[in-house]
Amino acid sequence: MSAAFTAVYTRDLRLALRRRVEALLPVVFFIVAVSLFPVGVGPEPQTLRVIASGVVWVCALLASMLSVANLYAVDLLDGSLEQMLLSGHPPTLIASAKAAAHWTITGAPLVLAAPLIGLLLDMSPAALATLVAALLLGTPILSLLGGVGAALTLGLRSAGVLLILLILPLTIPALIFGSGAVGAVDSGISASGHFSLLGALLIFTALIAPLSTAMALRIALE
Amino acid sequence: MAPDATLHTLACTDLACRRGNRLLFTGVNLEVRSGRAVWLRGRNGRGKTSLLRLAAGLAVPESGRVSWGGVDVRRASVYAAVRVYIGHANALKEDLTVLESLQFLARLHGRAHDRASLRAALERVGMESRRDAPVRTLSQGQRRRATLARLALERQPALWILDEPYDALDVDGIDVVNRLLHEHLARGGSVLLTSHLPPGAGAPDMAEFDLDRFAP
Repeated sequence: MSAAFTAVYTRDLRLALRRRVEALLPVVFFIVAVSLFPVGVGPEPQTLRVIASGVVWVCALLASMLSVANLYAVDLLDGSLEQMLLSGHPPTLIASAKAAAHWTITGAPLVLAAPLIGLLLDMSPAALATLVAALLLGTPILSLLGGVGAALTLGLRSAGVLLILLILPLTIPALIFGSGAVGAVDSGISASGHFSLLGALLIFTALIAPLSTAMALRIALE
Repeated sequence: MAPDATLHTLACTDLACRRGNRLLFTGVNLEVRSGRAVWLRGRNGRGKTSLLRLAAGLAVPESGRVSWGGVDVRRASVYAAVRVYIGHANALKEDLTVLESLQFLARLHGRAHDRASLRAALERVGMESRRDAPVRTLSQGQRRRATLARLALERQPALWILDEPYDALDVDGIDVVNRLLHEHLARGGSVLLTSHLPPGAGAPDMAEFDLDRFAP
């Protein structure tokens, strides 16, 4: 069973490496979008510090959604998805492997880029560390939920728009607790409550999302 | 893979299939026994691919049943191990090499995926020299050959469900497929395939099943 997970995961990473420009698009979008805020809002450090965590989280969310629309679409077109579902391995395993690969390609670079972005927005070292930890817990949620959306809209016209309408509302709790954690640290209080809630959200999503994705994939292929 | 020594029979019973608002066929009764091949024929749009997808367990029939050894194919746990489905799409990735694509499919389906086995399979279909070429550089016929290399990895009796296996192949490629089919049937495997054209002179004996007779 783990062989199938590894096969799908490593294949998706290999494909991303072969299409580096496409794979880097979300993180480039993330950096560019956040960089525009000091220009648009103004360069005052006080203002930037206040909006920093929210800006980073919203941009991370949008960057993550950029690449999720194609998570299953290409596999459907070239027949790979049929083969994965006929392999005899649980479809939830396939969905988990795809979400894990998506996070490695899209989510992990966002987490790695966050300290740089935080410095640009004049965040304190403590806030920066909190932001990175929150993104580490939150970005897998975005990949898992993105997988559900991608599977639900598979083969539909205007799938990208539908996906955003379906999935963005579901990501709001992660957005609230993720940016709230940084706000708490900035206010001098502990962010452990926010982290606990983000962790609980991650566990809940990791349990439910692959199952929902698998069911949606089955329906899409029928 | 550890299939039964004697391969079960694939049985379609009183099968009907709907696509959108259109009923494609009704009342289909079809059996594919061990050591036998069935050529599914019919006009364009009659539902040949749909019937193969039902047989593979990818789709749910409008009515009727598809069973393997008496158990519904979507519930038969052993079915995944003995079913080899090659659809109209080749399931190859444009950005992977031929070897990488074949290795992925072999790993996924629990078949031998060591380099030697894969190279031997590609050799059988005349694609060994192109093993490190990206799939996007291949012609349609070469892509089909690379896909059909999966069949050369098979060692046990199995059920092959093949959608237009001869599509885009040259004379040599058709001959390769026919030889693979002969070997497969000789070891007790079974085949359900579609083809627009009648299988040629080198093809194994196949029972003909005309889907046009089941149009509603």
